[in-house]
Amino acid sequence: MSETNVIEAKGLTKTYGGATAVDHVTFTVGRGEIFGLLGPNGAGKTTTILMLLGLTEISSGEVSVLGFDPAREPLSVKRRVGYLPDTVGFYDQLTAADNLRYTARLIGFRSREREMRITAALDQVGLQEFADKYVGTFSRGMRQRLGLAEILMKGAQIAILDEPTSGLDPHATAELLAIIRGFKSEGVSVLLSSHLLERVQSVCDRVALFSNGRIALMGSVAELGREVLGGGYVVDIEADGAGLAERLALIPGVSGVEKIGIGKLRLHADRDVRPEAAAEVVAMHGRLKYLGIQEPSLDAIYTRYFATRPDEEMAMREGARHAA
Amino acid sequence: MRREGSAFQGLGVVMLKELADHLTGIRMIVLEWLVVLMALGVVYTGIQQIREVSAEDPFLFLRLFTRSGEGLPSFVSVLSFLVPLVAIGIGFDLVNSERNQRTLSRILSQPIYRDALLFGKFLAGLLTMTIMLVALWLMVIGLGILTLGLPPGAEEVARAVAMLIVTIVYAGVWLALALLFSIVFRSGATAALVALGLWLFLTILWPLLSPYLAAVFVSDTVTTPAELLSHLGVLQAFARLSPGALFGEIVGVLLDPTVRSTQQPLLASLGLALVQPGAIPGAPLPLLQSFEVVWPQTVGMVASAILLFVIGYVIFQRQEVRA
Repeated sequence: MSETNVIEAKGLTKTYGGATAVDHVTFTVGRGEIFGLLGPNGAGKTTTILMLLGLTEISSGEVSVLGFDPAREPLSVKRRVGYLPDTVGFYDQLTAADNLRYTARLIGFRSREREMRITAALDQVGLQEFADKYVGTFSRGMRQRLGLAEILMKGAQIAILDEPTSGLDPHATAELLAIIRGFKSEGVSVLLSSHLLERVQSVCDRVALFSNGRIALMGSVAELGREVLGGGYVVDIEADGAGLAERLALIPGVSGVEKIGIGKLRLHADRDVRPEAAAEVVAMHGRLKYLGIQEPSLDAIYTRYFATRPDEEMAMREGARHAA
Repeated sequence: MRREGSAFQGLGVVMLKELADHLTGIRMIVLEWLVVLMALGVVYTGIQQIREVSAEDPFLFLRLFTRSGEGLPSFVSVLSFLVPLVAIGIGFDLVNSERNQRTLSRILSQPIYRDALLFGKFLAGLLTMTIMLVALWLMVIGLGILTLGLPPGAEEVARAVAMLIVTIVYAGVWLALALLFSIVFRSGATAALVALGLWLFLTILWPLLSPYLAAVFVSDTVTTPAELLSHLGVLQAFARLSPGALFGEIVGVLLDPTVRSTQQPLLASLGLALVQPGAIPGAPLPLLQSFEVVWPQTVGMVASAILLFVIGYVIFQRQEVRA
């Protein structure tokens, strides 16, 4: 166990009867990092998470969470790790605060500390007004936020979130992602799983793309983009001026100029050419309306990566259809 | 490989939460009223009978539990019939409701073992039933003192307490069975229907069926008393597959000191009396000897409760937490 990694999984494998759900998965999560396990439903993300928590047996491989073995020391792991299951459930007949009180008692907090922690956690996720409301009346987004409050109350060092944004409207998703970013700023490491690539792309420091129980790709979104999409930078520019396209093509490093609309051009380059492009427009007294660089999108990486592996892509598409 | 920490960490917390759920839930209130009203009703009519017939009975108080009004069941037969219903009502959704509410994986990701969750749920259910049965028992005793106008003797109290304990064990058997079904069946409705079906089968159909099944294993002609007794033994062995039959045998002996053997009521129904060498027919048996007579049955009932719980426990430990 190194100082910087909070989760280390090596050759993690889970078989059910003859079927292999997770197949030799190896990854690490660094301290204070947001790590995304991405992929379609049924790719092995939830099973991987349950193995990390010691909630399901490991068929083979090694895993260490904060230096503990989840199979042998599950209590030490579960005391330090917060878990938000896929579509988390609470006792509908209890209030939000009572639900958290039950968990706090299970963890073993004394009464004064318990109340302080619950109040603070509910404040942090914006549920303070609903502390004494029955969870039966809560919307899905509120339940997810209550689940995050539970992790905050626990004072967890690692938050493991399974599909935290699935089934939420865009507003609730944005709120949830903001809370997850808050975890990072408090030094809590986050491991989250999702089948919705675009939504979680913005919060993840590093991601692992799952496919049929294996990790197909791993790294930061930018790294993956360079690796899979061919290392290019794409700069979009909107400006007027005759002959602009020809002049932009002469900028060193630009490999191609593409017209994508009236006055809109797309530059493919091997480096960030935004300063030179702006200078060119100004030099020809053109009016610059827009200049931006495209971040590589996970969807694009995903599609491109599996385009070169048709078999796997088929499996992915299948999974994605089930997910939808 | 030893597990870290205690399997019972969090047991008390789970038990208190479950107990609070049971005691405040509408389901338990309905079941409790059903049992209390029926039980007190039959005791009340029983008292009218006792007043008329048996004024000089040395164990008058125990008649409260066994005697009944014209055409009505006695207090113990009401218990034998309704205690399983309450136990099933408490137990049929103990585990599968956690799954269906999707709280199971969240609770199990707290620093407790599954053992604590299951033990806590079972103990809370048993405690709920104990509270109900003790309250009911006290009400019956109180009603007896008020209407009969005399306090129970020490031996009567001891026998009544023994009956109470046996009733709690009987409740434990059915609770363990309901808990097992709540683990095996993911749907609460299925678990409830299967448990209720088994309950109806064992309490209504089995007493009618078991003599016919037993007849397969014994000869039709009985010539000697020894043959008769072995014949009855086979009959009983079959009948005892129903926990209700075991319960009936035990309380029958505990509450009537003149019963010297669990076969005596069967013989009496054939118009025969059990004569033991050196015993005076009809003389009451001392307390400890009554206990001795029903000790095997009581141990059997405790064992079946433990066995059912252990089967459920093993299945629960091996189940995947994800829905």
